[in-house]
Amino acid sequence: MLSKSQAKLFFFIATVGFSGVFLFLTVDTIRQVPARSNQDAMTASVVHGKELWDSNNCMGCHTILGEGAYYAPELTRVVERRGEAWIRTFIKDPQAMYPGKRKMVQYDFSEEEITDIINFLDWVGKIDTNGFPRDPDMAPATSGAIAAVDLSHAPPIYGQICSSCHSLGGQGGAVGPALDGVGKRFDRVALRAWLADPQAVKPGTAMPKLNLAPAELDALTTFLLAQ
Amino acid sequence: MTTLKYESWKVAWAFFATCMLLLSLQIIYGFIMGFAHMGFDGLHEWIPFNAARATHTNLLVVWLLAGFMGSAYVIIPEETEHELWSIPLAWVQWASLVLVGVVSIIGFHMNWWEGRKFLEIPRPLDYLVVVNVLAFLLNIGMTILKGKRYTTTSLTLLAGLLAAALLYLPGMITFDSQVMDSYFRWWVVHLWVEGVWELIMGAILSYLLIKLSGVDREVIEKWLYVIVGLTFLSGILGTGHHYYWIGAPEYWLMVGGFFSALEPLAFLGMALYTVAMARRGGRRHENRIALTWSVGCGIMSFVGAGFLGFAHTLPQVNIWTHGTLVTAMHGHLAFWGAYAMLIFGMIAYILPEMTGRKLYDHWASEWGFWLSNIGMVSMTGAFAVAGVTQVYLERRVGMDFLAVQEAVAVHFLGLVLAASLFTLGIGLLIWVFIKHGHPLRMAVAHRPSPSTAPAPAK
Repeated sequence: MLSKSQAKLFFFIATVGFSGVFLFLTVDTIRQVPARSNQDAMTASVVHGKELWDSNNCMGCHTILGEGAYYAPELTRVVERRGEAWIRTFIKDPQAMYPGKRKMVQYDFSEEEITDIINFLDWVGKIDTNGFPRDPDMAPATSGAIAAVDLSHAPPIYGQICSSCHSLGGQGGAVGPALDGVGKRFDRVALRAWLADPQAVKPGTAMPKLNLAPAELDALTTFLLAQ
Repeated sequence: MTTLKYESWKVAWAFFATCMLLLSLQIIYGFIMGFAHMGFDGLHEWIPFNAARATHTNLLVVWLLAGFMGSAYVIIPEETEHELWSIPLAWVQWASLVLVGVVSIIGFHMNWWEGRKFLEIPRPLDYLVVVNVLAFLLNIGMTILKGKRYTTTSLTLLAGLLAAALLYLPGMITFDSQVMDSYFRWWVVHLWVEGVWELIMGAILSYLLIKLSGVDREVIEKWLYVIVGLTFLSGILGTGHHYYWIGAPEYWLMVGGFFSALEPLAFLGMALYTVAMARRGGRRHENRIALTWSVGCGIMSFVGAGFLGFAHTLPQVNIWTHGTLVTAMHGHLAFWGAYAMLIFGMIAYILPEMTGRKLYDHWASEWGFWLSNIGMVSMTGAFAVAGVTQVYLERRVGMDFLAVQEAVAVHFLGLVLAASLFTLGIGLLIWVFIKHGHPLRMAVAHRPSPSTAPAPAK
């Protein structure tokens, strides 16, 4: 039967031995991380973005690289998913984007600070994460029945903001309704009034007020009426 | 009139009372978050989710540390048969821990923090933590040095506390890179809870089993070495399960996956050890509830930390579950089983020893144990259902984050109901704690000063 001194020996060998292996792997990890995380691309703006990320405890709601809290979305590849324009619009007034939904703190960041945060998130999104987060493998296949839509004439705002939630020809988000045939359901005046201030038309709607310039409103209305 | 065995135990009692207070606050912040998940976020303007979350987790860390320190101030005098080296220093150290806790929590509500999960305490306060822990270690180290005897239990406890202090330091290094920041943050968080805290846990459990089961010290301490050996064998390289997806090399998938899959063995060892020692105990100590807590701690730490940890530690599972409510499922039962129950066990054992009021058969002691445990197991179930649903809908099917959160909101109603049961149990335990009386007002038994012992008869 095992004696106390043998048990003690087992404890010391396990602790010292595996600590040694752990330190060795740590040294190798430190050597490899700069290449795996594009450390050359870590500009002053990225570093400042991280400082803003930390000093406002963004991890207290969001996850990044899967680490943080589970109250708000995972942001590792958010720049790729949403695009810069969407994030910029969202951060300025989070509640406008999701009226009546879960709230984010309204931070009064300057334009430069928002740029730094986006640059930080963009840098994080390009780290070699061994495949995290993986693309959904059980997503329903897009129906081939919907004809592809030519988006080359779409105003830039459509691809930057609208398509995050709405789809055309099966391409885009699934939060709001698909916009195929929207031009047949609305006239110019109604559609323009809706895009200018959704809450005024239908209080409580999830559609955010985007504060678009008149020219953008006109271009977007024209584009949607053609669908 | 009963007298207190050691003056040092007054400080220990103050630490345990602090535990009860901070745990109560922790529960309140848990409710705030549970309701927010259901959509009732009326406190958002004053206590946004990130403030509630940082408060909830940091209160846990501080009250568990307070519990460890209180336990050490009970065990070290008893094991070394010597009062603490400096009781005034122990009081100063208690006051500074409370100060760090209070200032941090107020800071969190004013957007003053570091924003690094579990280590949110602002940097200037980190230095105070270091001074605090150094004072604590100096005090128990000197006590052991001056004491009459060295025991495996007291040395394991000292080693665990010393390693915990050293491992706090990597968390204070500043990195510009998110990857390195995360890498060394886990040196603190993982190597604490799945490493040196288990050393502390093993030592405290051993002390309780020696006292409560009557099994020979040599037998208990021999198995203590085996269990902490297993802990480090699996836990050190098991840190790798935090390195899968943060930008560290790919070999961590294999290393972390293999060794963290072995981590349940240490917890299983701990569970079997408590059950076996409790059975072997020929001497039936009359404090059954303290033994129930000790065995419960061994078993629930296996279920919560070991089994539920294993459920999502393998890389092929973790790539889907990482960063979802599945982690909250594991986290709640792990911390409750391994550490909170341990401190309740220590309190259940030591309060009657301190004040002589033997309330271990009191109905509230027993109902407190069962209601808090049933409540926590049910909360874990609610997190599990919400978490697994989230993994499938959001990660595998690709539904929008907020749409999924609305789909699982109903499980947070279950969570809040289970938490109410848990809170009722904790309320009873705190009531029993108060009913045990106040050692601070008690006289201390006269004992020969160790420096002059054996005292000549007068």
